[in-house]
Amino acid sequence: MSMITLRDVSKTYGDFRVLSGCSTSVSKGEVVVVCGPSGSGKSTLIKTINGLEPIDSGNITVDGTAVSSPTTNLPLLRAKVGMVFQHFELFPHLNIRENLALAQIKVLKRPRDTALEKGAALLERVGLSAHAEKFPGQLSGGQQQRVAIARALAMDPIAMLFDEPTSALDPEMINEVLDVMVELARDGMTMMVVTHEMGFARKVANRVIFMDRGEIVEDADKNEFFGKPRSERAQQFLSKILVH
Amino acid sequence: MLSGFDFQTIVNALPYLFLTGMTFTLTLTLFATIGGMIFGTLLAVMRSSDNRILSGIAGGYVNLLRSLPLVLVIFWFYFLVPFLAQWLTGSSSPVRVDPFWSSVITFTLFEACYFCEIVRSGIQSLPRGQTLAASALGMTDRQALIYVILPQALRNMLPLILTQTIILFQDTSLVYVLSITDFLGAAAKIAQRDGRLLEMYVFAAFVYFVISLIASQAVKRLQKRVAIIR
Ligand SMILES: Nc1ncnc2c1ncn2[C@@H]1O[C@H](COP(=O)(O)OP(=O)(O)O)[C@@H](O)[C@H]1O
Ligand SMILES: [Mg+2]
Repeated sequence: MSMITLRDVSKTYGDFRVLSGCSTSVSKGEVVVVCGPSGSGKSTLIKTINGLEPIDSGNITVDGTAVSSPTTNLPLLRAKVGMVFQHFELFPHLNIRENLALAQIKVLKRPRDTALEKGAALLERVGLSAHAEKFPGQLSGGQQQRVAIARALAMDPIAMLFDEPTSALDPEMINEVLDVMVELARDGMTMMVVTHEMGFARKVANRVIFMDRGEIVEDADKNEFFGKPRSERAQQFLSKILVH
Repeated sequence: MLSGFDFQTIVNALPYLFLTGMTFTLTLTLFATIGGMIFGTLLAVMRSSDNRILSGIAGGYVNLLRSLPLVLVIFWFYFLVPFLAQWLTGSSSPVRVDPFWSSVITFTLFEACYFCEIVRSGIQSLPRGQTLAASALGMTDRQALIYVILPQALRNMLPLILTQTIILFQDTSLVYVLSITDFLGAAAKIAQRDGRLLEMYVFAAFVYFVISLIASQAVKRLQKRVAIIR
């Protein structure tokens, strides 16, 4: 069953084509890694899925809902799709406990107690129970990103989108975040992950998408992709990032 | 040099100066700050909005009021409002408006412009990712504004907001043009009655100075305590 489907999605900024005829789909429980050179449209693509970026043509459905249909209640849809950003984007004026509870209370209308409990359980899951009363600015980058993942999970999402979740982190903190993501993938979460962490891709991805200049150049089974990418651009890209 | 300086005049006038005059000044400052903050935040939200009409209206309003001398607006408003109220209520003669409320409204309308600019720059200084994160969690624009954007913008801008309030405290003395007994008005009345202009105006200046100085020192201390940890 397809959880996320993109059909011929295009988008331009003025006369610059950020996305051009992108089609793919992500099944329930599948983990898809998206990679490609900087500026190739990965962030834009992933943001179109929960409607944070409007598209010019094509269509996107998430769990059967047409994202760009004018009748779609976008906030409702977004509440069901978790998103994790490169720069964490925790709310700096709220402590960790409140960061985890806010959207549960305001968006899902959960009772405060339930929301706090849920938040505490997830904080435990990402190994940060001791930090509930701290503010985001008091945590390391890796810790903040784990909180951001917990915050998204608190909404009981049907899928999770990640936009370079480890690329703003110091190298020694990357693994603590990837470990949480690996565990999430193994628990059966549907995930679309923009990342250059090929170790992560090898470990848990089902498929790898390679983008270049707004196009999906490769969309292949993981083993196939790492075995022998068909396009020259993908091969060049891989050889570059696998060096370091 | 101070031999002719009559301290007794000041001492005798203290109850009147403070209980009547300063009470009025502080009440006006408080009401206009609250009113100006509410209206100013609303203007800031309108100005930051993607809706051209809303931002145009707010921008036009702010630019208009900021290009008028405050004292003129005070004057104008005091004489205009009775007729406006007459028209609104359909009464047969101009409605007498309490000078206090007339001043509160004038200062609210005027201060809202300054608060608007402060809050707007507070909103603009937040990373765009904050709004995106709020939206991605399913918040509506309104919820994002109320729970994520404004709390941060207001907290970041609190020192500037309080500094503007100190300026407002000084500016309220302009209501003397309406013969209102604010602190300066009270001092002026005693000065006239007792023929002690030097004493009263020197003392009035001293009091404004001390209060403003203490308040701005307090703001500086507060600044460190309210800063959001980043
Ligand atoms: N709001 C915008 N206006 C104009 N161009 C943009 C905008 N956002 C992104 N772009 C351009 O679109 C291209 C793709 O951006 P992005 O999706 O962020 O790429 P990636 O995440 O792969 O690095 C980049 O060249 C970027 O400069
Ligand atoms: Mg990107």
